[in-house]
Amino acid sequence: MPGDAPGGRIVVVGASLAGLRAAEALRDGGFTGELTLVGDEPDPPYDRPPLSKGVLLGRTRADACGLPSRRPLDARWKLGVPATGLDPLAKQVLLADGERLGFDRLLIATGTRARPWPDPGEAALDGMFTLRTSRDAERLAERLDAGPRRVLVIGAGFTGSEIASGCRERGLAVTVVERGRAPLIGALGGTVGAFATELQRAHGVDLRCGVTVTSLTGHDGRLTGAVLSDGERIDADIAVVALGAVRNTEWLAGTGLAAGPRGVACDAGCRVFDMYGIVTDDIFVAGDVARFPHPLYEYQLLALEHWGNAVAQAETAAHNMISRGPDRRPHLTVPAFWSSQFGLNIKSVGVPTFSDQVVIAQGSPGERRLVAVYGYRGRVTAAVTVNRAKWLEYYQHLIETAAPFPPDPGAADFDGSEPVPSDVPDPRVLSHGPTVYVTGHLPLLRPPSRRPGG
Amino acid sequence: MSSPETLFRRITDYASRADPYPLYAELREHGVARQEDGSYLVGTYDEIAALLHDPRVSSDPHSRAEPFRDPLALQEGMPVSFIGQDDPEHDRLRRLAMRHFGPPHTPRRVDALQGELVRIAEELADGFGDKERLDLVDDFAFPLPVTVICRLLGVPPGDVQQVHVWADTVVAGLDFTPDEDPEPRRRASLEARAAMGRYLGELAEERRRRPTDDMLSALANDDGPDGRLTQPELMVTSVLLLIAGHETTVNLISNGMLTLMRHPEAFEKLRADPTLMPGAVEELLRYEPPVQFLPQRTPLADIEVGGVTVPKGSPLILVLAAGNRDPRRFTDPDRFDITRQDNQHLGFGSGVHNCFGAPLARMETRVALTTLLARLVGPRLLQDPPEYRRSPVLRGPRHLPVARTPGGR
Ligand SMILES: Cc1cc2nc3c(=O)[nH]c(=O)nc-3n(C[C@H](O)[C@H](O)[C@H](O)COP(=O)(O)OP(=O)(O)OC[C@H]3O[C@@H](n4cnc5c(N)ncnc54)[C@H](O)[C@@H]3O)c2cc1C
Ligand code: HEM
Repeated sequence: MPGDAPGGRIVVVGASLAGLRAAEALRDGGFTGELTLVGDEPDPPYDRPPLSKGVLLGRTRADACGLPSRRPLDARWKLGVPATGLDPLAKQVLLADGERLGFDRLLIATGTRARPWPDPGEAALDGMFTLRTSRDAERLAERLDAGPRRVLVIGAGFTGSEIASGCRERGLAVTVVERGRAPLIGALGGTVGAFATELQRAHGVDLRCGVTVTSLTGHDGRLTGAVLSDGERIDADIAVVALGAVRNTEWLAGTGLAAGPRGVACDAGCRVFDMYGIVTDDIFVAGDVARFPHPLYEYQLLALEHWGNAVAQAETAAHNMISRGPDRRPHLTVPAFWSSQFGLNIKSVGVPTFSDQVVIAQGSPGERRLVAVYGYRGRVTAAVTVNRAKWLEYYQHLIETAAPFPPDPGAADFDGSEPVPSDVPDPRVLSHGPTVYVTGHLPLLRPPSRRPGG
Repeated sequence: MSSPETLFRRITDYASRADPYPLYAELREHGVARQEDGSYLVGTYDEIAALLHDPRVSSDPHSRAEPFRDPLALQEGMPVSFIGQDDPEHDRLRRLAMRHFGPPHTPRRVDALQGELVRIAEELADGFGDKERLDLVDDFAFPLPVTVICRLLGVPPGDVQQVHVWADTVVAGLDFTPDEDPEPRRRASLEARAAMGRYLGELAEERRRRPTDDMLSALANDDGPDGRLTQPELMVTSVLLLIAGHETTVNLISNGMLTLMRHPEAFEKLRADPTLMPGAVEELLRYEPPVQFLPQRTPLADIEVGGVTVPKGSPLILVLAAGNRDPRRFTDPDRFDITRQDNQHLGFGSGVHNCFGAPLARMETRVALTTLLARLVGPRLLQDPPEYRRSPVLRGPRHLPVARTPGGR
C-alpha cells in the first residue's frame, strides 16, 4: 500500500455516485483492507440525471440506469439499511438493523433527498410526486404513460424545468408554478432566467412566476388541483414537487461534527470539521452532502448538487483517506453542471450565483445559442452555454486565471451586448433553491439564515 | 541555431519533409515565433489547445488582413465550406451535416460501414497477389478512403474513379511548393473542385427525386429544426467531406505502416494482440499526425499568446505536430508507445472545428492496419526514409515500397 493507508477498515455511508466512485478509487489507490458500503436504498448504485430526462420520457427504463462499475471492488455491501448514528469516539457507525460497524476511516456520502411537500396530508394524495430515486422516476413515468389531463410542476429549478420539458415532449399539458421571477433564476440569474421564461412559453408550458401554491385539493384521496397565492385554481391530476433538496445529515445529529441542514463542512482535502471548526482526521465527506472551501470563491464553503463534483470529490477524498499528510491533495475542481431541456443543452462552469454582472459574450437568446459570462468585482467567475458547450473550456480557463470581467471582445459571434446586473436573487425568494449554495455568504446579500420550506 | 524568424521557411522546405521534428523542437523553445512575413507560428501544446478553444480566433479566410489574403481560399460565387467559417454559420452547417453522419441523430451510419470496410480492405489486399514488392501507398492506402467516403455519401461505384481523380487534383492544388509557379495547379484544383461540386449537386438532385439510404439522400431531403442546406451549401459540404477525409486518412495509414515497420517490436505486439489497435491508432495520430499544422487561423482581436501579442488579422499557424511532442504535456514525447495512456493528442485538432470525420477515420485506419499486419509476413522497408509528398501540411510518403514473403493471412 502506498503512503500509510490504514490496513484496517473503511466504511462508506451512502452507496450512490460519490460512494461508489470513492470505493473504486480506494481500491485503485491500493487500499487492501476491509471495505464496507452502506446504503439505505435497496438498489445497487444508479445514475440520477437520466431520471428527469430519458426515464421520464419513457425512453430509458428506470432499472437500466445502474452505474457501470469501473473495477471489481471486493467490498461488503449493506444495501437497504440506513445508518442511524455515529460514535466518533468509539469509531463506529450505527445501522438501523442494530449492527455497529467499526472503522478506521469513514466516508460520508449520504447526498440529498427531495424536499417534501410541507403539508403531510396533501403530500399523501394520490398523484403527488417528488423525483429523486429510481423508484420515484419509475412511478412517475408510469403515471405519465396513462395520459394525465394536466401535470402541475411546483418549482422551476433544473429538475422542475426538466420535468416540464419531458411532459411537453410527451404532449401533456403542464403548469409550472415558481415563486421566483423566472425559471432557473436561482442558479443562473436574471438574464438566463428571462431566456428560460421565453423558452418554456414557446414550448407551450403554462408558466406562472411570482406565485406560490398555497394548497392542494383532492377528492377521495386523489389530487384534483391546486390553489395559487394569486387566487387562481389549477386543475391537475398529477403534481410534481420540485422544491429542491434536503441534505441527509440527520443521522449525524449529536455527533459533534459540523453537520446540519446546509451539509457537512470539510476542509479543502475533504476532511470533516467538528462543530468548533477543528478538523477530524479520520472522517471524510464527498458529493452533494459536502460543503467545502473553494479558493476561486474566496474560500467560502460551497455546496454543489452536481454529478461531476460528486465524482471528483469522491476521488480526492478517497486518495486522501489512504495518503500521508504531504501526499494529500485539495479538491479544487471548478464546478460544472449540465442540463438538457426543451431541446437545448445547457452547461455551466464556475458559480453563476457568485456574481454581480453578466454579459452575453457569444450568440444571442434569439438564436437559442449563447454564452453568458458572469463576473464578480471585475473578474470572471462563471459561464453558462446554451448549445455552445464546445467553448466552455475557454471560459473555464478565464475563471481559473481570474481573468478580468467583462472578457475581451472579439468572438466572431459577439453581438456587442453590454454587461448587465446578474440579478441573482436571494435564495429565500425561490421555490426550489439553487443547485449551488455559497453557504458562507452571497456576495451581495446578507447571509441566508435557513432555507425556506415550500 | 538559425533565426526563429525563418522557422516556417525551414519547415516548409522540402528537405525537411522526412524529419521536421528537430525544427518543431526549436519552435517549442520559442513558444510563439513571429516569422519574417508577419505570420506567427505556435508549437507548444497548451498554447495551441488554448487557441483552438478561443472564440477570438477565426477560421474564416476573410478575417486575414489584406496583405495576407490567400486568393485560393476565396472562391468567387461559391460559399466557403464550414471548415473555413466561424460561429454561428459554422455551427449551423456543421450541425446540418452531422445530423446525417453521427450521434445523436444518426448513431449507426459509421458503424454500419464496418463490414463493408473490411471487405474493401481485404479486396485491396487480395490484389497484392504473389507480388513480393508492394507500394503500400498506391496498392493500398491511396484507394481505400475514397472508396469508403464514396460509399458513405452514395456515389455509385461506376463514378468512384472519376471522383478519385478530382479529389487528387484538388489536393494537389493545396500543395505547397515554394519554387514553382502555383497558378496552373491552383487553376486545375479550382476546376476540379467545381466539377466535383456540380457532379455531387446533380447526384443530390437525383436523390431528391428518388431517395436511397445514403448520406447524400439524407442531406438533400431532410428538413430538420434548422431547415435544409441550400444547393450551393450542399455542394461545398459534400466536396469538403470528400476532400477532408481523403489524403489525411491515406497518410495516417501509410505513416502508420512506416512507423510500425520502424518499430518491429510494436509491429509484432500489435499483430499478436489486436485489442491494442485503438490505442496504437491514437499514438500514431500523436506521433506522426497526417495534418502537421493548421495554417488558416486568424485572431479577430490583438491576442496574447505565451507572452507575445499577435496582432488582429495576422496569420496564425498552429503546429499540431509540434504540440504533440511537447515534453511539458507528454512524458517521453519522442518515444513511440502504442500503450501510452494519457494521450490527448492534437491529431484531429480540438475545439469547435475538431475533425468531423474522426470516428470514420479511426475505424478506417484500424481496419486498414489490421488487414496489412495480417497480410504482411516478414515485411522490410525498401527505402527509409521513403519519398515524401511535397505538402508540409498533409505530410506523408508518396510511395512506401516494402518487400515481403508472399502469402500470409
Ligand atoms: C432527477 C435528477 C436529475 C439530475 N440531473 C443532473 C444533471 O443533469 N447534471 C448534474 O450535474 N447533476 C444532476 N443531478 C445531480 C446528481 O445526480 C447528484 O449530484 C449526484 O447524485 C450526487 O451524488 P451523491 O452520491 O453525492 O448523492 P446521492 O446520489 O444523493 O446519494 C446518496 C445516497 O446515500 C443514501 N443515504 C442517505 N442517507 C443515508 C443513511 N443515513 N444511511 C445510508 N444511506 C443513506 C441515499 O439514499 C443515496 O442513495 C440530478 C439529480 C436528480 C435527482
Ligand atoms: C486520419 C484522418 C484524418 C485526420 C488526421 C483529420 C484531421 C483533421 C483536423 C486536424 C481537422 C481540424 C481542422 C481545423 O481545425 O481547421 C479536421 C477537420 C475536419 N475533418 Fe478531418 N481528419 C481526418 C479524416 C477525416 C475524414 C475521414 C473526414 C470525412 C468524413 C474528415 C472530415 C473533416 C471535416 C469536415 C473537418 C472540418 C470540421 C469543422 O471545420 O468543423 N476528416 N480534420
